[in-house]
Amino acid sequence: MNGAQDLGGQMGFGPVAQEIGEPLFHAAWEKRALALTLAAGAMGHWTIDESRHARESLHPVDYLSSSYYEIWTKALEVLLLRHGFVAREELASGQVSVAPTTPRRVLHADMVPAVLAKGGPTHRDKAGAPRFAVGDRVKTIVIHPAGHTRLPRYARGKAGVIEMRHGAHVFPDSNSRGGGEQPDWLYTVRFEARELWGREADPNSAVSIDAWESYLLEEPA
Amino acid sequence: MEARVRALETILVAKGLVDPAALDAIIDTYETRIGPRNGARVVAKAWADPAYASRLKADATAAIAELGFTGRQGEHMVAVFNDAGTHHLVVCTLCSCYPWAVLGLPPVWYKSAPYRSRAVLDPRGVLAEFGLVLDPAVQLRVWDSTAEMRYLVIPERPAGTDGWSEDALADLVTRDAMIGTGVAPMPGSRNAGAVLP
Repeated sequence: MNGAQDLGGQMGFGPVAQEIGEPLFHAAWEKRALALTLAAGAMGHWTIDESRHARESLHPVDYLSSSYYEIWTKALEVLLLRHGFVAREELASGQVSVAPTTPRRVLHADMVPAVLAKGGPTHRDKAGAPRFAVGDRVKTIVIHPAGHTRLPRYARGKAGVIEMRHGAHVFPDSNSRGGGEQPDWLYTVRFEARELWGREADPNSAVSIDAWESYLLEEPA
Repeated sequence: MEARVRALETILVAKGLVDPAALDAIIDTYETRIGPRNGARVVAKAWADPAYASRLKADATAAIAELGFTGRQGEHMVAVFNDAGTHHLVVCTLCSCYPWAVLGLPPVWYKSAPYRSRAVLDPRGVLAEFGLVLDPAVQLRVWDSTAEMRYLVIPERPAGTDGWSEDALADLVTRDAMIGTGVAPMPGSRNAGAVLP
């Protein structure tokens, strides 16, 4: 979706602010927000793609004025409400008033090292062969879906070159909306800065994105 | 926000959906076990051991797993190597994708709108804000992490480190050098933007 999260190429945010000392967390609640997000995700009722879509679906003003752990927390509430694990009045009161729904699993402390060490690989077996080879010229499609996509606006309708192939991976555009994993061939595609940003751009820069095959069209040489 | 998160935790624990001890274990993992020291080990080994560097280039996920670094936000790794004519920079314009398994949790600036918006449009300007001014002839390669591939920059080995042990080399590898907003400093100097907790 063309939400506030799609930041590539936007202007007006000012310089990058580095921090002296750079603490890992800036308040105790940030640690809990991180851990709650991971532990609730481990119940297995939504995917990382649905989580990302919940975050980017915050109102743009809310998204841009929230810290990243605030974004995570607000999206986690949305996911818990959507999947029936909490009720609105519970979030408001902080008290349990609705009988709990049984989750697929609960992450216990002894499972944490193994679960984090395994992660959530997205590579999948897929029959057939990818359509493009390294070095092929391609053009990205132009889409403006209301749902989740990983094709950023700045890279839509642009000509590039296949730089790497990664096999087939879970397709977020489908998986985020409960449409299943629909594995699709994944590539890294390189675009010259001038293709993305115009003639004034640095002739010695290029930007690469990871793009699924369904984002790509053949581009005549 | 503190009250809101506390309320959320209270409800989820009361309903038996999350185990508070698991929350503590997750926090402990990212505070004490997983951080940029992991990535520094990978870079130092690549500098010291050409066979390892080749494996890292061919299959970064497997080469990094050799050192025991696997898992969440590091499931599919790509290592990109700086050289005299090429500098690499990693960003996630759409969210905050970052190679947790080798670098830990991302810094606030990496997740911020200024970095995410400009790293693709004006990467040289962003690097200058980190005190890194590249020769215009150096190819600047930006990697926008739009899928589950996670990118680790292998900085150039600093001059004057011949014969150094992997441990000593690892001390030169800054977190920012592995994102691309810095370079590995020469022995005896320190890159201003670099922090290794």
